[in-house]
Amino acid sequence: MAFQFRSRCRAAVIHGESRNAMNNEFAISARGLSKSFGDLTAVRGLDLDLPRAQIYGFLGPNGSGKTTAIRMLCGLLKPTSGGAQVLGLSVPGSSDALKPRIGYMTQKFSLYGDLTVLENMQFIADIYALRRQQRKSRIDFLLDDYNLSEKASQLAGTMSGGQKQRLALACAVLHQPELLLLDEPTSAVDPRNRRDFWSKLFELADAGTAILVSTHYMDEAERCHRLAILDHGVKVADGTPAQLQASTGMTVLEIHAQSPREAQIALLANTAIASVTQLGIRLRVLVSDSHKDAAALVASTLHEHGIQSEITKADASLEDVFVASTLQSAEER
Amino acid sequence: MRPVRIFAIMRKELLQLKRDRISLAMIVGIPIMQILLFGYAINMDVRNLRAAVADQANTHSSRQFVASLAQTQILVIEKAVATPQQLQDLLRAGQISVGVHLPFDFDRRVLDKHRAAAHLLVDGSDPTILGVANQLVNVPLGAMPAAQGLSNVRNIEVRPFYNPERRTAVNVVPGLVGVILTLTMMMFTAVAIVRERERGNLELLINTPISTAQLMIGKVLPYIAIGLIQLALAIAVGRTLFQVPVHGSMLELYVAASVFIAANLSLGLFVSTVAKTQFQAMQVTFFVLLPSILLSGFVFPFDGMPDIARWLGEALPITHFIRITRGIMLKGASISELSHEILALLAFTTIAMSAAVLRFSRRLD
Ligand SMILES: Nc1ncnc2c1ncn2[C@@H]1O[C@H](COP(=O)(O)OP(=O)(O)O)[C@@H](O)[C@H]1O
Ligand SMILES: [Mg+2]
Repeated sequence: MAFQFRSRCRAAVIHGESRNAMNNEFAISARGLSKSFGDLTAVRGLDLDLPRAQIYGFLGPNGSGKTTAIRMLCGLLKPTSGGAQVLGLSVPGSSDALKPRIGYMTQKFSLYGDLTVLENMQFIADIYALRRQQRKSRIDFLLDDYNLSEKASQLAGTMSGGQKQRLALACAVLHQPELLLLDEPTSAVDPRNRRDFWSKLFELADAGTAILVSTHYMDEAERCHRLAILDHGVKVADGTPAQLQASTGMTVLEIHAQSPREAQIALLANTAIASVTQLGIRLRVLVSDSHKDAAALVASTLHEHGIQSEITKADASLEDVFVASTLQSAEER
Repeated sequence: MRPVRIFAIMRKELLQLKRDRISLAMIVGIPIMQILLFGYAINMDVRNLRAAVADQANTHSSRQFVASLAQTQILVIEKAVATPQQLQDLLRAGQISVGVHLPFDFDRRVLDKHRAAAHLLVDGSDPTILGVANQLVNVPLGAMPAAQGLSNVRNIEVRPFYNPERRTAVNVVPGLVGVILTLTMMMFTAVAIVRERERGNLELLINTPISTAQLMIGKVLPYIAIGLIQLALAIAVGRTLFQVPVHGSMLELYVAASVFIAANLSLGLFVSTVAKTQFQAMQVTFFVLLPSILLSGFVFPFDGMPDIARWLGEALPITHFIRITRGIMLKGASISELSHEILALLAFTTIAMSAAVLRFSRRLD
């Protein structure tokens, strides 16, 4: 019972708490984590269990509370209510003891643009007080491993997005943290560099590092071992990508019609149809499982409007999961 | 506390400074420019005022008196005219700053204690020139600055103590060094933390194990060295171009200056924890700079100020530093004679630094 929509969430929370009280298998377990800025609640009642040696994704649009949640988990923001155990330490209480054990990559590039790649790495190594020998071997290794050797004496501020991001990750892992918090690490990076970046993340996870990574890219979310979908500060779904795709509670249909725009307007007029998205000449339609025969419903709606169409059933993509779960939370709000 | 973290911050600050050409130029440029400006352009020296003489007596002693006035080098006598009316015309036209009128009965007046022997017609619209006239005569000012009595030629020979030539540079440089250091040192640290916040570096930095005290100390130490370089430059320019003396121990001057620099840097750090933007930090710096110039005894004599201004002045590090520099440079005082001032600076540093450490938040909210 790892995946549930929010409506089914309550039972899971109780379940999770009783399990967590006894052991420390999670790198992070948060309960009821909330943060308000004045009237705005940026994160509301976030429950989170992040296993060790896995990549956990935070998927959500801009403003959904990803950064705020990550900042609370590393002690940069004080939760308005709720709390978390991070690497067995309670946050925000013990964040000082936590700092040497986590690596944090901020959403905005936060190394020094007027220092060179090497100088930045030496600075971070010294701030974490690495021993002299370890300092040298770690920096040499990472320069090589992250393809930065040739850039070692280039000012960090003059590098491309992909290079900056590699440097930021190299600095975040310099002291070999047990937990990595990465806030939209690939937002300024082209697809090829993103792929390379993710292979680095898998290497790190295989070596035992727990990784929390926020993103608004569906394809990235798909690579995570597990993920949580955030919408307006609320976790609307979580689980492995496969679990999420298997239990949207929606039937996914693809429709080929002569005039997709007209078809879309016709379908949206029917309130039984949850969502209609145009993908080129196709339409992707979500119909709640509460309607027995979704294909027949769509066919008859289009027929009424005199639109010729061809309907096929499809597997839910993560995007469908995202649409389905945010729809559901919007209804509840 | 592992010093490696402090060294890391220090090294980073110096590397950033090395690549910031404008700031580097300012470190060297500000002391040299300021000393040159005050030494040459802003000349408050009582010298070379343009003057004209209306010597109606034209006797041996009156001519001698005019000659001795010229010898003081305070006046340059450019014109001789016939009547005091012509002196007034020249004054009004701005062609002269001082008019010397010697009446027909000059010889008799010199012997008469109750009558002025000569009249100095002074351009009272310029307080500096008025001050010069007061140095030329030894009698109290009358209501009208345009007609001053000059009763005794020997009055002109009065010499002030520590600056016998009454040269502005000698008076100004010891205080100016304090103003230069207040401005540049506060500026460096006032923007130090705000800049990291604005550029996003701080979010990374406060998530590392570095402590607030380590961060603050690492940010202060490099600039103490920078401040001492500025002091050395200012003194070098003052000595070579304006013969400003350092009668006391140079080493003691540097020791005292280090404490003063630390006080300004700590104050700057505190400002940096309060200001939200670099612009605000600059504004607060200038807010401190103005009283530092006006209330420290740099411009106006400290003793002549009202109580409240003196209290405010005592709270400023520069007031104590100016006493130290004037003491060591001009009067040859030793640091032990100035221990009160050093203690005041140490206390200020401690308070400002503690306030900065306490105010600094290792969170974002
Ligand atoms: N310091 C802050 N003060 C006020 N509002 C904030 C602050 N930080 C974030 N917010 C608001 O909280 C919401 C969530 O922001 P954020 O956590 O940055 O989302 P995300 O990282 O998913 O884009 C947004 O509406 C944002 O405007
Ligand atoms: Mg964000």
